[in-house]
Amino acid sequence: MPDTIEKGVPLFEGADWDYDKLKVAFDAIEKIAVEELGLDTYPTQVEVITSEQMLDAYASVGLPLMYRHWSFGKSFAYNEAMYRKGLQGLAYEIVINSNPCLCYIMEENSMTMQTLVMAHAAFGHNHFFKNNYLFKQWTDASGILDYLAFARDYVAKCEERHGVGRVERVLDAAHALMDQSVNRYARRGPLSFAEEAKREQERRAHAEQTFNDLWRTVPTKATLEGLDSKEAAELKQETNRRFGLPEENLLYFMEKHAPKLEAWERELCRIVRNIAQYYYPQKQTKVANEGCATFVHYEIMTRLHQKGMLTDGSMLEFLHSHTSVVSQPDYDDRRYNGINPYALGYAMMEDIKRICLTPTAEDREWFPEIAGNNDPYGTLRDAWANYRDESFILQFLSPNLMRKFRLFRVRDDAAETNMRVDAIHDESGYRELRAALARSYDLSRREADIQVVELDMAGDRTLVLRHAVYDGVLLDEKTCQMVLRHVVELWGYPVRLIETDAVTDAVMKTHNLAPGT
Amino acid sequence: MIIVDRRPNPKGKSLGNRRRFIERARAEVKGAVMDALRKRKITDTETGEKVSIPTKGIDEPSFRHGSTGGKRNYVVPGNKEHVVGDEIERPQSGQGGKGGDPADSGEGSDAFEFTLSREEFLDLFFEDLELPDLVKKRLSETASPELSRAGYAVSGNPSNINLIRTMRNSMARRISLKRPKLEEIEALEEEIERLAHTGPEMLWREAKDRLEAIQRRTRAIPYFDPIDVRYNRFERVPKPNIQAVMFCLMDVSGSMTERMKDLAKRFFMLLHIFLVRRYKTVDLVFIRHTSTAQEVDEETFFYSRETGGTVVSTALAEMDRIIKERYPLDAWNIYAAQASDGDNFGADSGRCVQFLSSLLPICQYFAYIEVSEGIDSFGDRRMDKTDLWRAYAEVAPAFENFAMRRVGDPAQIFPVFHDLFARNKAAIVNQEP
Repeated sequence: MPDTIEKGVPLFEGADWDYDKLKVAFDAIEKIAVEELGLDTYPTQVEVITSEQMLDAYASVGLPLMYRHWSFGKSFAYNEAMYRKGLQGLAYEIVINSNPCLCYIMEENSMTMQTLVMAHAAFGHNHFFKNNYLFKQWTDASGILDYLAFARDYVAKCEERHGVGRVERVLDAAHALMDQSVNRYARRGPLSFAEEAKREQERRAHAEQTFNDLWRTVPTKATLEGLDSKEAAELKQETNRRFGLPEENLLYFMEKHAPKLEAWERELCRIVRNIAQYYYPQKQTKVANEGCATFVHYEIMTRLHQKGMLTDGSMLEFLHSHTSVVSQPDYDDRRYNGINPYALGYAMMEDIKRICLTPTAEDREWFPEIAGNNDPYGTLRDAWANYRDESFILQFLSPNLMRKFRLFRVRDDAAETNMRVDAIHDESGYRELRAALARSYDLSRREADIQVVELDMAGDRTLVLRHAVYDGVLLDEKTCQMVLRHVVELWGYPVRLIETDAVTDAVMKTHNLAPGT
Repeated sequence: MIIVDRRPNPKGKSLGNRRRFIERARAEVKGAVMDALRKRKITDTETGEKVSIPTKGIDEPSFRHGSTGGKRNYVVPGNKEHVVGDEIERPQSGQGGKGGDPADSGEGSDAFEFTLSREEFLDLFFEDLELPDLVKKRLSETASPELSRAGYAVSGNPSNINLIRTMRNSMARRISLKRPKLEEIEALEEEIERLAHTGPEMLWREAKDRLEAIQRRTRAIPYFDPIDVRYNRFERVPKPNIQAVMFCLMDVSGSMTERMKDLAKRFFMLLHIFLVRRYKTVDLVFIRHTSTAQEVDEETFFYSRETGGTVVSTALAEMDRIIKERYPLDAWNIYAAQASDGDNFGADSGRCVQFLSSLLPICQYFAYIEVSEGIDSFGDRRMDKTDLWRAYAEVAPAFENFAMRRVGDPAQIFPVFHDLFARNKAAIVNQEP
C-alpha cells in the first residue's frame, strides 16, 4: 500500500505546537483511524493543561471533577514531591471515559508528542471505551461528568451541613471498602448517572420507610428463646432473603441496610461505590486497553511517516518514546515491577496482526479461526470489543509471544523451603503458562473476595463477612484490622470476618471487632 | 474535535484537599514542624519546609492479600536458564523480586515526605503561640536625611557635571549659531592647497579669505561654553532607614537548659520575621556570653555549650563595641533582644544598668526576655526576682523602648511578643478583658 501513496507534505516541523497544528494533525490522524483502521470513537474534546493541573488530575484519580477528601491532598503532595525531585515524570495525557471523550494534553509536550498523544488517547483509548463490552455494560459515558459534579456538590453540601469531620469519617470508611464494592455480575441495565442524581431524593425517602419496618420486625431475645431448630433455620432464611445475602457489594449492603447511618451517609456510600463501579471495567482491561491504544498510535504514526506527513526527526522522537513505553525489563532486572501492560498489550496486538497476515504452522494449529484470515484490523476490533484482560490473554497469547517474553511460572508454596519453576516457554508449558497468566489478571482473584454472608438478627446484630481463601492466601493482618474498624464504623454493631477456604469451606481464621474497641 | 485551553483555569484546585490532608495529619505534621524548627536557622523562617511524617495517621487501608503464606503462582518474563523443576531460593520479604503480586500497596513506605508552604509552616509554627488576629505594631521609624537627585543646576561641583545634558546644550548652541563644521574647514583647506598649485591666483586668494572668515567664526563660537554646563542637583530628603540590625544576646552558661534556649530561639525567630517584613535588609548579630562575651555564628550560638560564670555586662559591652565598629547609627536601626535566665554575677548588675542606659538611647527597641523552667507565668515569682530583673527594672521606667518579660512556656511567647510590640499600650489593655 505505501508504494501507491504520493508523498505528502509534513503536517508540522519543529517542536513547538499551536492550535492550528493540533487541528491539522488531528484531522490527519482521524482520517487514518477511521478510513484505514476502522475505529469508531466518541467525539473528542482535547484540553490543554499545565503540569500543575496534571498533578491535580492525578490527585483526583484522573477525574476532572471530584469531591474533596484529604486522601487526594495526600496524593497530590506525594506526586508533587516526586515530580519536583525528578523521580517521576508526568504522564503525557489523561483520557476520560466520557462522551465527548476528554483528552488532556500537557502544554510542555512537543508537537510530536501531542500527535502521539492524540493518536493514543483520542483514538486508541476512545475506541476501546466506546466499544468494549465491559464499558458498555457498566459505565455511562455521557453521564459521568454530570454525576461527578453532582457528587462534588453533594459532598460539599454535606460538609456544610454536618461538618467536615463527619463527612470525612464516612468517606474514609467507604474508601476502605471500595475494592469490595462493585457488582461483578450485571443485574440490570447500565447505570444511568443522570437518573442517579435525580432519584437521590426519592430513594432516600423510600429507604427510610422500608428500613424502619425492617428493624421493627426483628425478633427480640424473649421470642427467640422459644424457637426450635427448624424455626431458627427459617428465621435465618428469612433474614437472608430480606437482606439479599450473600452480598458481594459491601457498600451497597451498608447503604441499604446499615441501621445507624443517616440518609446523607448512605448517599455518600452510594457515591463512592458508583465511582468504584465506574473504574471496575478499567481495572479489568489494563492490558487490552493500553495494548489497543499503543497499537493504534504506532499504526497511525507509522502511516503518517510513510505518507511523508511526519518528518524523520519527529519519527525518531516518537520511536524513542514508544520504545521506552513498551519496554519489558526481565524479572531479575532492577527496574522490574511486574509485567508492563503496555509491553504485553502492544506485543499481543502486533502478534495478532502477524497471525492474521503471515501465520506459521504453529499459529494455524493454535489459532485456526484467525490465522491467515487477512483481516487484522477486523480481528483486533473484535478482540477489543469482546474481551477483558483475563479472557483476552487466555484467547490470544501465542506460543510465539511466550517464547519472545521468555515467560516462566514459579510456584511459591509456603510449605516448601524453596520456590519451584513448574512451567516454562516450551511445548508442555504453553497452556499452563497462558492459563496462569490469565488468572493473575482475574480481578476476583487478584482482589480479596469478601462478601456479607450472615446477619445475627436474633442476637447482637453481628455482621458476618466471609473471605473466600484461595490457595491458602490469607488477608494481610494489619490492614485487615484497620479496614474492619471502618466496617464497624459504618455498621455500628460488632463485625466478624471469617476466612474460609473457598473449596473446602474450612475456617482458617476469624477476626472480631466490636464498636468502641 | 474541540480544543479547549484549560490553562487559564483557576489554580490551586487541590488546595482544599491539601488543607484537609494537613488537618488530618496535624499531629504528625506539627511534630515534624517542631523538629524542623530545632534544626533550621532563624533566617530560614521566610521559606517553606520539607517535612517528613510517619504514614501512621494517613493510611488508606483496604482488604489485601497477605504477602506470605499459602500457595502462589507467579508468571514472570525473562527466563534465562531455568527449566521445569528448578528450585529458586525465596527472596527475602520486602525484596519483591518476584513481584506482580496484588499486594503492592502503592506508596507503602514508612515515611511520607512533602513540602509545606511558608504560610502553612508559619501557621503551624504559631499555632501553640495563640496567634492573635493581627500584630498591630508601629515602631517609630527613624528618618535620617539622605541625598536624592532633584533635577539639574547651572552651578555645582565639577564632579557632579552631567555630561549628557552638557553636551546636548553645547550641540544645540553650536547648531543654532551655525558654528562651522570641521569637514567644512578641511574641505576648504584642501581646495586652497589645490588652487595654490594649479588654479588662478584670484580664486586662491578668495578661498583663503573664506577660510580666514570661517576660522574667525569658529574661534568666536567655542565648542563648549560655560553656559552649556549643567550639574546634577541633589536635595536632602529625610528617608526612613531601611536596614536594621538585630542583636541576639543570650546567656549560654550551664544554668541555661536546652528548653530555655528553645524558648529564646522562638522569641528571636518571631522578632526576625517581624523585622524582615519591615526592613529591606536585616543583619543578625549573635552574642553569647558566660563570664566573657563573644560574637559567634548562629550555629555556635544555639548549639555549643559553654561553662563558666555569668557576667551579663560583657555582652552589652560587646554589643556597644560592634555598633560603634560596624553599624553607624544614621544608617541602621538597632534592635536587641536579650535572653537570660536572670542569673548574674552579684556586683555586675550595676554595670549592666550603666551599659544599658547608654545603649537604650541609640536602640530602636530593646527586649529582655527572662526564660525560666516550668510553666510559671509572671506573677508567681514576683517575690523572688532575679538579680538582673531587679537591676533592669530600675532602668525600665525611664525608657519607652525598653521592655522586659518573663516566659516559662512556649504558649506565652506570642502574647509576650505581641505585648512588647504593641505601641499603644492603652489600646491593648482595653482589648484585653
